[in-house]
Amino acid sequence: MMSFSRSLKFTCLSAALVLGACTHKQEAVNTAPPPAPPPAPSAPAPVTSSILPGSAEDFRVNVGDTVHFGYNEYSIQDTDKSILGRQAAWLAKYPAVRVSVEGHADERGTREYNLALGARRANAVKEYLVSQGVSTGRVETVSYGKERPICTESNEGCWAQNRRGVTIVTGGANS
Amino acid sequence: MKKFLVLFTALAALWTAPAYAALQVDVTQGNAQPLPIAIPDFLGDPQVGANVAGVVRADLERSGLFRPLDPHGFAEHVTNINAVPNFGSWRAITAQGLVTGQVTQQPDGRLRVDFRLWDVFGQSQMLGLQFFTTPENWRRIAHMVSDAIYERITGEKGYFDTRIVFISESGPAIKRVKRLAIMDEDGANPIFLTRGDYMVLTPRFNPTAQMIAYMSYIGGKPRVYLFDIETGKQERLGDFPNMTFSPRFSPDGNQVALTLETGGNSDIYVMDLRSRAMHRLTTDPGIDTAPSFSPDGKQIVFESDRGGGQQIYLMNVDGSGQRRISFGPGANGTPVWSPRGDLIAFTRRQGVQFSIGVMRSDGSGERIITNGGRDEGPTWAPNGRVLMFGREAPGGRGSSIWSVDVTGRNERRVLTPGSASDPAWSPLIQ
Repeated sequence: MMSFSRSLKFTCLSAALVLGACTHKQEAVNTAPPPAPPPAPSAPAPVTSSILPGSAEDFRVNVGDTVHFGYNEYSIQDTDKSILGRQAAWLAKYPAVRVSVEGHADERGTREYNLALGARRANAVKEYLVSQGVSTGRVETVSYGKERPICTESNEGCWAQNRRGVTIVTGGANS
Repeated sequence: MKKFLVLFTALAALWTAPAYAALQVDVTQGNAQPLPIAIPDFLGDPQVGANVAGVVRADLERSGLFRPLDPHGFAEHVTNINAVPNFGSWRAITAQGLVTGQVTQQPDGRLRVDFRLWDVFGQSQMLGLQFFTTPENWRRIAHMVSDAIYERITGEKGYFDTRIVFISESGPAIKRVKRLAIMDEDGANPIFLTRGDYMVLTPRFNPTAQMIAYMSYIGGKPRVYLFDIETGKQERLGDFPNMTFSPRFSPDGNQVALTLETGGNSDIYVMDLRSRAMHRLTTDPGIDTAPSFSPDGKQIVFESDRGGGQQIYLMNVDGSGQRRISFGPGANGTPVWSPRGDLIAFTRRQGVQFSIGVMRSDGSGERIITNGGRDEGPTWAPNGRVLMFGREAPGGRGSSIWSVDVTGRNERRVLTPGSASDPAWSPLIQ
């Protein structure tokens, strides 16, 4: 039940984030040879076969946009370093792309504290990307504190999902 | 928003009785019995007279210190507020206080409200006042009558003629819409100040209640803004490359303390509103945020996790003398200094349990006064006797605003249009 509702939420969120890309994708189907199917089919089925390399959706689906943090922590976990390494490599391949890193916290903190904690997390992601060669001017940060959960139950499963840093392509991507 | 001119004068006392005031309520008592008080509909225009008396009854009842008696039980029918009441018939229904009043339309169109407060057992007039205002302003007059009665009987300033700025919430938790809104202290006249196309958080009033400092995500960049209630004009406070948040005005209104994040680290600054100069107060690599001035403007209480966990600290207004004052269990944050100067309200969090507490300004005498589960972000009534705070329902099912006496008694839900959080109580309106 929980995983069902969770996957629903992910789908909605994905749809919201790639709405712009989805529109353009229909054109890509008509004009370009179909690329290989993506390995992580979490986007709506009708568009998964048409991800344009260098697009925001390419980044989100084929690279991975989200890393997670421990409770009240903001250091990058070893298990997330490969995702950030892939993000840096992708950004090196598409040097016109600019990104914004969103830092989020779980509900176990006061509003202002969690804004500050989200800023620490977003900055930790940014610093890691910069350490991998991404120029600092291409990466903005923004904290949402506990204001934008993706999961709303009060348990560790949800909290772990909500303690996250999400890299969003904000400009310069192929479309 | 219109400014209303309210004039008031004292009515001549009708009764020269013994000078002792038998009728009083001690607001510091944790177990006070509410004072039975009779407030018949005011004479004059029947509709306005009933409306004004109804607001006064509701105000006094909400305070928890008064028990307005049911007008249906009144044996005496007041016909002339300039005559001495028949005290015996009011005593018979256990009334200890009696309010008689009258509303009249003046030839120039203004509304005139007269009222007298009587000590039923002392058989004396305690107060007699007369107000003039525009007719649409009748609720404010009613609140001013309530404030006058509250002050005369408790010896403390009232807080009914005040407003609440808050965050109105709608939509599911994963994409909640948060709008800046304002309403009267009793929940009447709610007005939305932003449309909801960007998120807003943590509004606070300036000392004249004309300006709101708050945080807005307009343009996707979270920054502190000022909102002028008179003109509706919004203005970003400063131009910073990173997030600014958690603003609060100084007691003289000339400065705003806020938090500026740089490279992931949050520190407290004070901005002078005229020169826009920023003065940095904290330099610790820990999180330093949620500043609140002492009412004399000389100190700032704030939260920091420099010691490992989130705790409450004090510093002088120039940033010197930083020291920790909270040592209770769990995480302690969002400190807010009482307008009286005696207490600091704060949020305690243990796991997922959030409560409101108060401590003396040196950190001693800590008391937890709510246990609603998710209570956060206290704000003080201007008399320092009552607090409001936000209460989140578990599972992202929405928020509500509650009030509670500083004693922990008289916890009540505050009427809001839909879900609401982050209340900030205005000073008494001038």
